[in-house]
Amino acid sequence: MDQLLLNPGFPLLSAMVFLPLVGSFILLPVKSDEQCRIVSLAATGLVALLSIALVIGFDNSTAAFQFGESYRWIPSLDINYTVGVDGISILLVVMTALIMPFCVLASWSYIKKRVKPFMICLLIMETAMIGVFVALDFVLFYILWEAMLIPMYLIIAIWGGPRKVYASIKFFLYTLAGSILLLVAIIWLAWQNDFSFYIPDMMWQPYALSAQILIFLAFFLAFAIKVPMFPFHTWLPAAHVEAPTAGSVILASILLKMGTYGFLRFALPIVPDATFYLMPYVLWLSIAGIIYGGLTALAQQDMKKLIAYSSVGHMGFVTLGIFILNKQGIEGAILQMVNHGITTGALFLCVGMIYERTHSRDLHVSSGVGQYMPVFVTFLAFFSLSSFGFPGTNSFVGEFLILAGTFEFDLTLALAAIPGAVLAAAYMLRMLQKVIWGGANNPDQSYLTDLNTREIVTLAPFLLFVLWIGLGPKPFLAMIDVSVVELLADLAAHKSEMLAATLVH
Amino acid sequence: MTLFLPELILLMGSLVLFAVSLGTPKRDTLRSLVVILTTLVFLTSVLALKQNGTLFFGAYSVDIFSQLFKVLIASATLAVILFSPSGGGIREDVTAEYYMFLFIGVLGLMMLVSSVELLAIFVALELSSFAVYIMVSMRSPAADGIQMEAGMKYLLFGVMATAFMLFGMSYIFGLTGSTYLSDIIAGLDKLYNQPAALVGMLMILVSFFYKLAIFPFHFWVPDVYEGAANETTAFIAAVPKIAAAALMIRLVAMISADGEMVANLLLVLAVGSMFYGNLSALAQKDVKRLLGFSGISHAGFVLFALITFQENGYALALYYIVGYAVMTLACFLVICSLTPDGRNLEIQSFNGLYQRSPLLALTLTIGLFALAGIPPFVGFTGKFMVLYNGLKDGYLIAVILAAINTAIAIYYYLSIVRAAYCTDQETSSEAMPAQSAAISFTSVALLIIIIAMGVAPAPFLAISASAIGAIL
Repeated sequence: MDQLLLNPGFPLLSAMVFLPLVGSFILLPVKSDEQCRIVSLAATGLVALLSIALVIGFDNSTAAFQFGESYRWIPSLDINYTVGVDGISILLVVMTALIMPFCVLASWSYIKKRVKPFMICLLIMETAMIGVFVALDFVLFYILWEAMLIPMYLIIAIWGGPRKVYASIKFFLYTLAGSILLLVAIIWLAWQNDFSFYIPDMMWQPYALSAQILIFLAFFLAFAIKVPMFPFHTWLPAAHVEAPTAGSVILASILLKMGTYGFLRFALPIVPDATFYLMPYVLWLSIAGIIYGGLTALAQQDMKKLIAYSSVGHMGFVTLGIFILNKQGIEGAILQMVNHGITTGALFLCVGMIYERTHSRDLHVSSGVGQYMPVFVTFLAFFSLSSFGFPGTNSFVGEFLILAGTFEFDLTLALAAIPGAVLAAAYMLRMLQKVIWGGANNPDQSYLTDLNTREIVTLAPFLLFVLWIGLGPKPFLAMIDVSVVELLADLAAHKSEMLAATLVH
Repeated sequence: MTLFLPELILLMGSLVLFAVSLGTPKRDTLRSLVVILTTLVFLTSVLALKQNGTLFFGAYSVDIFSQLFKVLIASATLAVILFSPSGGGIREDVTAEYYMFLFIGVLGLMMLVSSVELLAIFVALELSSFAVYIMVSMRSPAADGIQMEAGMKYLLFGVMATAFMLFGMSYIFGLTGSTYLSDIIAGLDKLYNQPAALVGMLMILVSFFYKLAIFPFHFWVPDVYEGAANETTAFIAAVPKIAAAALMIRLVAMISADGEMVANLLLVLAVGSMFYGNLSALAQKDVKRLLGFSGISHAGFVLFALITFQENGYALALYYIVGYAVMTLACFLVICSLTPDGRNLEIQSFNGLYQRSPLLALTLTIGLFALAGIPPFVGFTGKFMVLYNGLKDGYLIAVILAAINTAIAIYYYLSIVRAAYCTDQETSSEAMPAQSAAISFTSVALLIIIIAMGVAPAPFLAISASAIGAIL
């Protein structure tokens, strides 16, 4: 367990994981809707504050898992409650913790009926999501990974739009079916490693290539559906469109990241040989996703659908960055995960705000609102610019790093990815143009009111991070740097070891 | 005396009910009486938990294994009694007799888990089976008489399974010269790879395959589940399966670990049950039939746990069957609460349940998600450990097939959940029967057990391991 730096003081990670759950228990006896909202805001807010403490205490100079905690859980199977964060997970944990209070705020007036169950679902989601990012025991990871399907299913199925039944079932079936074989892979890996479910134990082991490929495929199915990579993406537009605003934000900002996080945390270190072997296929699937997502987004009339398809494209960039296996690529991918979380989350919040006013997500119905909602369109403009990677915004840094890494890796691949960036600008500017100015026959928008204080407070922090990461990404990159370098060094060491082994034989 | 106390209370209870049945008791007083008697049975079974000893010339063993199963049987029965509606399901004029047979059935099951001699096993099994055959037909008359069909089918298939068992017992007796399990184990030690011994053992097992509804001895399940009253089905789905699992553990433990042929055969049956149950359930509209098929697939998992022929495999089978009983009871609780008139429910009948009763909708959802094997509920933990043990013993293909089954199963469980949460205005206006405190209490208790067993399985596994340790 030398990769785990145990945390002797206050159990910060456990507090972050279980506080929302405690909050959901506190909600049970609460009667009034208003109090429910306040309690959930307090619980998520507290977790967000704890996450700041996590950032302050995080040591940038080590690749080991920090803030580690380990307790025996099911002794007969050697399953433990082990958690810790490293450079790969820290930003995602913090992002999750910081976004959740805004999900509560975004649901403040959007969710009018059954407020309490909704908030309970949100809080349980938060426990599961933070847990997934910090879990270092594979069973713990799997349990939280699957358990979050239930509250998310309910969020879509109860509070969703008109086709919520279809969307929620599709979401559930896709993600569950994808992760079934992951379970078999987990047990197989534990069996190979002396029945230990401790994730770092499983890394960099000399499994046979054929076994690695099967394991990789099990991983790939689970994670690629979650990302979602083309062609496993069809659940995403349906789920995004029908989910309530907070549900869309959680889906886009956090849930999708679990797939790419899974690739980084599991696929690369546990089955490196299979990763080298199958890398080209994954890369070209990413390119397909980038182009396909962009082209499809260009044709959408529904704003949520447009952003959903843009997510397919953006996540394609992330998987591209991960699987080119160089420093710029992976660092860019991790940063881009966070960027996508911030930007797309904010865009969904914006669409939600329009929807609350016009009760439609159609571009035609919302065209020309710029005249009456100047504050709103200012925010929207910044987030849209960020979405297609305008210099000075956060996504520019991430996309630039990924593309730079890709150029270093393979010129053809990089050239194939470039149209994606152009397409992103095209569909985002098209949406922006329609929403702000529209055309000659705009519907009458004079009844619209601009954003209120709560909504501005919801959006402003997102804008802060958009500009902060865009203008000064250094502190963020510094947090992930050591872990990424270590990962790549291990990868290279493993590769040369395997090469030496084949030469000997 | 205390060794036999729970059984005595049951016997006394059935005599009391017999006396009551001679008059014309009111339904409500009868119900209170039954609740009191069942609670008494439950309490005495808990009281007798630590007893140890043998009775009836060593044919009846009282140890932690049997006593634990008695507590489980008693608590499952109590749960069924608590949530079964006070009227409706059962023909009014035979309600007292119905409960009398219920008590006799439970008595038979309790005796079964203590029996360590072939004839005692036979007598106890038949005592419980015949009582339940009659209970099935005691449903209030339906238009097409399906309860009679169900009772008849249950009886005929059951008698056939019993015939198999007796035939198998005769082989075993012929080979070992004893009807005591302890002597048989010693005798079989040299004979386990002989075809005669193998056939004999398997034929004895058939009877329990039948009770547990393992493919291909499952034919009774859909029709009996559909034809019996909702509370009877709840009983059949949970309680006899617990006892059957107990006996399977006892019998399979007799087969030596070298019995590779038996293992392969059981493996085929296990995987066959999973596929047959899950694929058939996909096409069902009647909720009870659906749960019946889901039960077949879960029985496959119990069998899969057993074929590891190791102590932890048996402990796991115990854990799994208890979890299964709790999950199924949670679903039947909802079915029974929605049908005070005792009709059958289709999946559509759950439409908008969430609007009508959030607690029942939650119970149903958690019960079904648990059955589907979604963490953090007991269904997942059980399934995970079954797969874990299976892979540990090298059954990789079977483990993958079992995992694929989980993916198939989620569809039909989810279709019920979907109905409960989709708000169809037409059907959601359906009147909601008032919920008693007993039902709310039972459902919360079941939910807590489902979650506790799923999140913290360690103590439960320890208990079941100690119980298994007593018989090995």
